[in-house]
Amino acid sequence: MIRRHPEPLLWMLFSAGGVVSAMLMPVLVLLFGLAYPLGWLTPPASDRVRALVANPLAAIVLFSLIVLSLFHWAHRFRHTLYDGLQIKHLSEVIAVVSYGAAIVGSAVAAYLLWQLS
Amino acid sequence: MSDHITLQIARYRPEQESEPTFNEYEVPYTKESAVLDGLNYVKDRLDGTLVYRWSCRMGICGSCGMSVNGEPKLTCATFLADYAPGPVRVEPLRNFPIIRDLIVDIGDFMRKLVRVKPWIVREVDKPLSEGEYRQTPEQLDEYKQFSMCINCMLCYSACPIYGLDPKFIGPAAIALAQRYNLDNRDEGAGDRMEVLSEYDGIWGCTFVGECTKVCPKHVDPAGAIQRYKLTAALESMKSFFAPRGA
Amino acid sequence: MEQTHTGSYTPYHPRWLRRRLSTYWWLEKPAYLWFMLREGSCMFVAWFTLYLLWLLDAVLEGPLAYELFLAWSGTPWVVALNVVTLGFVVFHAVTFFQAAPQAMVVRLGRRRVPPGAVLAGHYVAWAAASVVLWVLLRGA
Repeated sequence: MIRRHPEPLLWMLFSAGGVVSAMLMPVLVLLFGLAYPLGWLTPPASDRVRALVANPLAAIVLFSLIVLSLFHWAHRFRHTLYDGLQIKHLSEVIAVVSYGAAIVGSAVAAYLLWQLS
Repeated sequence: MSDHITLQIARYRPEQESEPTFNEYEVPYTKESAVLDGLNYVKDRLDGTLVYRWSCRMGICGSCGMSVNGEPKLTCATFLADYAPGPVRVEPLRNFPIIRDLIVDIGDFMRKLVRVKPWIVREVDKPLSEGEYRQTPEQLDEYKQFSMCINCMLCYSACPIYGLDPKFIGPAAIALAQRYNLDNRDEGAGDRMEVLSEYDGIWGCTFVGECTKVCPKHVDPAGAIQRYKLTAALESMKSFFAPRGA
Repeated sequence: MEQTHTGSYTPYHPRWLRRRLSTYWWLEKPAYLWFMLREGSCMFVAWFTLYLLWLLDAVLEGPLAYELFLAWSGTPWVVALNVVTLGFVVFHAVTFFQAAPQAMVVRLGRRRVPPGAVLAGHYVAWAAASVVLWVLLRGA
């Protein structure tokens, strides 16, 4: 019998988050982080973004991107603290802080997207 | 007349020192000389007290693994000429307890290896009269790469996760588990899953990837571990959604 | 390096030397440092996720808040941080795709898809997703 621990689920979320963030994030950073702020391109109007986000499919994609990216971060952050700083003895605290932050962020994303729908 | 190169060899003689020291030896070499030939020259001609493991001299037995200029290497397959003009620093494999000079304790790896049952497990053996177990070339290809492992432990030496946490079952043991899991004649995947799906099994690995880079047999333990993570994760989801023999 | 001895030496009970990995092990080899940078990319993924949440919040609050967000995103330190973020998320994407063919076996029928094709597939999907987002988010 396989002993139950959450590691397989957390790893799945980490991997899925790695793929989704790799696929979608670079172009978003390029647009909203550099091209619009620096005036290389005209940013879309507020209404346009709002209409786009209200689309259920876009909302699902955006929600997945945010939630999975957060869990991707939480998993890597936790393991890097174990390996890099050798503080495995604080493992419970680190796990609660990192996955807890991911859950809070997910709830905020759900709230915002719900309001925008 | 051949060229000479300096070997800086780590010496640890527990009855007389508590810290390893380095001894320097000048050894002759040609372009065919392996680091192991240099060590043998030292042992035969310069200092008979040096101890190290070796056997086959042809990259099959896996016993002459050492740190050469900080990198885990099979000393029989690493050539002195590549390090000219030297010096060449030879140390015991990292991440293992040192017993003496260049000899490390391999007991931990041996115990881990047995835990993953690296042999063909059958629930019921087929009677001899029914003939051999058949296997197609495609079925052989599934696991062949992982079967090349010679248990030299270079991957453990390169793995910081094993260095940080010796409980981690480690690259070669997981690759060898996969070698049998992927063999169509084997029925032991469930037994191995119990060991590998523990936290100290595959989940400690963060895919540094150095095990694959140092492997002298191109086994790709890092790939084996990541592939197994996916298998184990799917299996665990399945048992979560369809518990108990569904 | 720290070390501990177990027991005292006798011919039958050797005193083994156990070394502990240095806290700065990841500075010892370029490959280890590379690994640490790859793992560190997650901090920038997290930063940009927060940035997206702020953006959504601004959109929810209305055109004025959206304009303020755009103005804030043009301040030098935010731009500087996003330049570094772009570097790290691209690094993350490249290393994640690089790992994919090693980590999974893709099959078409009975044939195993060659690793190079799996990698190429990821890049094609990346390019397609980027173009779609670019077109959708074009300004008026």
